[in-house]
Amino acid sequence: MRYLGLTEADRGEMLNTIGAGGIDALFKDVPAGALNPQLDLPPHQGELEVERAFAAMAKKNVSPMEVPFFLGAGAYRHHIPASVDHLIQRSEFLTSYTPYQPEISQGTLQYLFEFQTQVSMITGMEVANASMYDGATSAAEAVLMAQRITKRSKAVLSGGLHPHYRDTVATLMDQTDQPHVAAPVDLAGNEDLATLIDEQTACVVVQNPNVFGHLRDLSGLAKACQAKGALLIVAVTEITSLGLVTPPGAMGADIVVAEGQSIGVPLSFGGPYVGLFATREKYVRQMPGRLCGETVDQDGRRGFVLTLSAREQHIRREKATSNICTNSGLCALAFTIHMSLLGEAGLTRLAEINHGKAVQLAEKLSQMKGVAIVPQAFYNEFAITLPKPAADVVEKLVEKKILGGVPASRLFPGDKSLANVLLIAVTETNTEGDMDKLAAALKEVL
Amino acid sequence: MLNRQGRPTTPHAAANSAVTGTITGNRGLQMEEALIFEIGEEGRTGVDLPDAPKVKDRLGGLKRQGKIGLPGLSEPQVVRHFVRLSQKNYSIDAGLYPLGSCTMKHNPRLNEKMARLPGLGDIHPLQPASTVQGALELIDQLAGWLKTLTGMPAVAMSPAAGAHGELCGLMAIRAALKARGDVRKRILAPESAHGTNPATAALCGYTVDPIPATAEGRVDLDALQAKLGPDVAAIMLTNPNTCGLFERDIKKVADMVHAAGAFFYCDGANFNAIVGKVRPGDLGIDAMHINLHKTFSTPHGGGGPGSGPVVLSDALKDFVPVPYVVHDSNGYRLVESGDAKSFGRMKAFNGQMGMFIRALAYMMSHGADGLKRVAEDSVLSANYVMASLKDVMTPSFEGPCMHEALFDDRFLKDTGVTTLDFAKAMIDEGYHPMTVYFPLVVHGAMLIEPTESESKDSVDAFVSTLRGLAEKAKQGDQVEWFQGAPRLTPRRRLDETRAARAPVLRWKPGSNGAPIDKAAAE
Amino acid sequence: MTTRYTKDHEWIRLEGDVATIGISDYAQSQLGDVVFVDLPAPGKKVDAGAEVAVVESVKAASEVYAPASGEVVEGNQAIVDDPALVNRAAQTEGWFVKLKLSNKAELDALMDQAAYEAYLKTL
Repeated sequence: MRYLGLTEADRGEMLNTIGAGGIDALFKDVPAGALNPQLDLPPHQGELEVERAFAAMAKKNVSPMEVPFFLGAGAYRHHIPASVDHLIQRSEFLTSYTPYQPEISQGTLQYLFEFQTQVSMITGMEVANASMYDGATSAAEAVLMAQRITKRSKAVLSGGLHPHYRDTVATLMDQTDQPHVAAPVDLAGNEDLATLIDEQTACVVVQNPNVFGHLRDLSGLAKACQAKGALLIVAVTEITSLGLVTPPGAMGADIVVAEGQSIGVPLSFGGPYVGLFATREKYVRQMPGRLCGETVDQDGRRGFVLTLSAREQHIRREKATSNICTNSGLCALAFTIHMSLLGEAGLTRLAEINHGKAVQLAEKLSQMKGVAIVPQAFYNEFAITLPKPAADVVEKLVEKKILGGVPASRLFPGDKSLANVLLIAVTETNTEGDMDKLAAALKEVL
Repeated sequence: MLNRQGRPTTPHAAANSAVTGTITGNRGLQMEEALIFEIGEEGRTGVDLPDAPKVKDRLGGLKRQGKIGLPGLSEPQVVRHFVRLSQKNYSIDAGLYPLGSCTMKHNPRLNEKMARLPGLGDIHPLQPASTVQGALELIDQLAGWLKTLTGMPAVAMSPAAGAHGELCGLMAIRAALKARGDVRKRILAPESAHGTNPATAALCGYTVDPIPATAEGRVDLDALQAKLGPDVAAIMLTNPNTCGLFERDIKKVADMVHAAGAFFYCDGANFNAIVGKVRPGDLGIDAMHINLHKTFSTPHGGGGPGSGPVVLSDALKDFVPVPYVVHDSNGYRLVESGDAKSFGRMKAFNGQMGMFIRALAYMMSHGADGLKRVAEDSVLSANYVMASLKDVMTPSFEGPCMHEALFDDRFLKDTGVTTLDFAKAMIDEGYHPMTVYFPLVVHGAMLIEPTESESKDSVDAFVSTLRGLAEKAKQGDQVEWFQGAPRLTPRRRLDETRAARAPVLRWKPGSNGAPIDKAAAE
Repeated sequence: MTTRYTKDHEWIRLEGDVATIGISDYAQSQLGDVVFVDLPAPGKKVDAGAEVAVVESVKAASEVYAPASGEVVEGNQAIVDDPALVNRAAQTEGWFVKLKLSNKAELDALMDQAAYEAYLKTL
């Protein structure tokens, strides 16, 4: 077996050194009858056989590379530069662990410091942590953090918040019976959350652009939160938007949570992704997750360490700010490398292309009979209303070899008012030909 | 500042060169490397993008004002930067990584290749079911392997890591209790538990009541019985435990816990010791997370991403998070809503698919026979380490151990050398230290997990290095030498006090170039 | 003006109605370099044995419990600005909070200097 290093002779010698009669002597503490069960599983296989099995499964899926592709709703198809995937597969990044021994982990620590800086910069915030599991879990952790800071319990959730984020927050809050108010679904993009904030409100969670694509100025909401002593948590599911759009920090957000997948991380059917988490410096000791900080070594040279660990579970145990241990290190590295390649000019251009193409497609679709573009202001994704159920339309488009978007009913099952709503995302990967094909196919199926 | 090749030197070159005696502060292949923000300049980029379409923007007046402040770099600059950073890391690929409780085994590259196949690595989580039948089949297959290996009837696939799995388990337990109209407020966990156990319990609103261990390093059954009561929701027990021992009374523990109407959560962090050899389902547990990044070799990646599916007993199997995969005459589909018994959702989308692919590739490569050997060889290696070191170091408990060997610092008594010093000295010898100061139940803990990946020669070399260091420590006059270690690394011991007292958590414009001298550091 | 101690290594010293509270020199040496302290706002009422402050070192975090019941009068801003002061002068300038006691008799149950020193020898 190719991954195992001991020969039969080795095993015999080692058992001799130990003074054990056989391997099962080492398992003597296992209750009688529980050792060596029969397992109905196949025997070991070579690389070739395993590759064949996976290729067969892969072939049963429709790859976005093969068809015009317009899905978003929290996960976006972007081009990843070749050097990103090459660099993250370097042994020293791929096969190292959490940097517990900083003297031999400066590589990981330095990129985490760079990641924290990049995330702070693009969100317009003062500090960021070394990543969370994904955007939705970041949002849930942000609510807990707001509760700790305000010593209040209620969370107000926007009707434009991605339902997966809303449900992740709600599930966690339900564990301790904490109140949360989910505002009515906000397809029109004109909800006024200020009226829902009261003296018990710890935080308001709002997404920008929201799940239907609406881009809104949140500064008024930030002021309303501040007036009542609540924190404003802004979720961003499409992080490339911040190349072009005013960042949440500039609108007065107290905590910014985001899905970083769009930069450097493949779609991979929903994970692993990388949760971004940024806030104000004064709240840093209430943050969840790992933090990397600058310091010096014994010889006075600059170096990096994990810091403020007394917040974390391995020291604080039941009083920790979060139970998180593993973060999303390698995805954070991919993000950092891709962001470094883009730089200021590249990120701005990338965002302009995304927005420009989305505007082009919106204009094309808005000329079609029975189709209306929902948001006035948007980035690279927008909801449209159709004259018939969007889920059926999507299935018909699949028959025409087009992945045409996400029906809102997939995210809001049972909400009849959204049955005819389709979410369409456009990125730099979409060609004009793709857009023409989508428009033509829609015309046929509507 | 720039050198003659136009490549920036570190802003602290003066301090560095004083240490290395070289002009650059470099030491041969050990290159100093500035922060990306100190290298980049405006007017450069590492990507070529076409012009944006000329359209009137529809940003509603929310176009960003001013600059973000990101540096500009060419592709070769970026590649060199991250390659140089990588060279400052220790890794499994480069050497034995005996970090107890972390299972630092070989990460096969076949796994990586499979995760990148078109049709697997690039599919969207919200594609119509008809276009992702292969992906759903893959999740179902992996679930099948996990259920068979653990002897459990159900598995929740979405948790993103071990601690997230613990959360899933406790949420399922709470839902099951609620369904029978039972409210319970207390969780029992041994003092030796991972910190995630009490932290997770607290997150779910439980108070945590510690159970003491016996002198043999196992759960004290009398103490457990005394702590059980109608308000106990569950016990959280790691098996094999964090002292590297199999909880030999585990079935009794399960019976006692169940008799009290509580559930048995097993922390599966150490599943590598028993995979293919013992099924947790035969031991009476109700829920257990499996760290795919430990037992099933998905890479640790410098601290994630992980994946922590949770296997569930009959009593809990209905209380699962959404989404989950079902299979019927129409093929595979995801259940994302409408399940009244489900306790809700733990994260966006469908779980850590990239990790599922890697774990399944690992399982298929090993098969039932290979996985059993994984457990055997990992346990054999740990016992071999213990047997080979017990005369110079001090094992904390009587063996046999499982896949990790626990030592404490009694062998360093009166030498002046601490566990930390000993660990740092290993670094100069080319080894990543073992886990130190965990578990908390022994003094100056050193937890060694060699894993099944190592050859005997490799383990022998490691053992002889530790023997040498132990003997050196016992000479009595080597304290300064140990305290000064490591000396040969890119950085020596770092000032963690300074980092925590005045945290610098990001680079800021203008903060580069200020040399930090040693005097200022003190 | 005698100093009394708890088993959790807090000290308390009464002057008039107001008592000063801190952690013992032994406690600071066990914690190591103190990097952060979190103090209560004046006006907060605490019961004897309840958490009144938090002290963090690099590798440990610990709650400081009120040795006696009362109302917080003042927190020591000097240790917030310079946590190392707790290491340098745990039982003098490195005090944590001043507490207006509600029941001075509670102090009688605490250890005096000699008893605390004897207690430390048992650890």
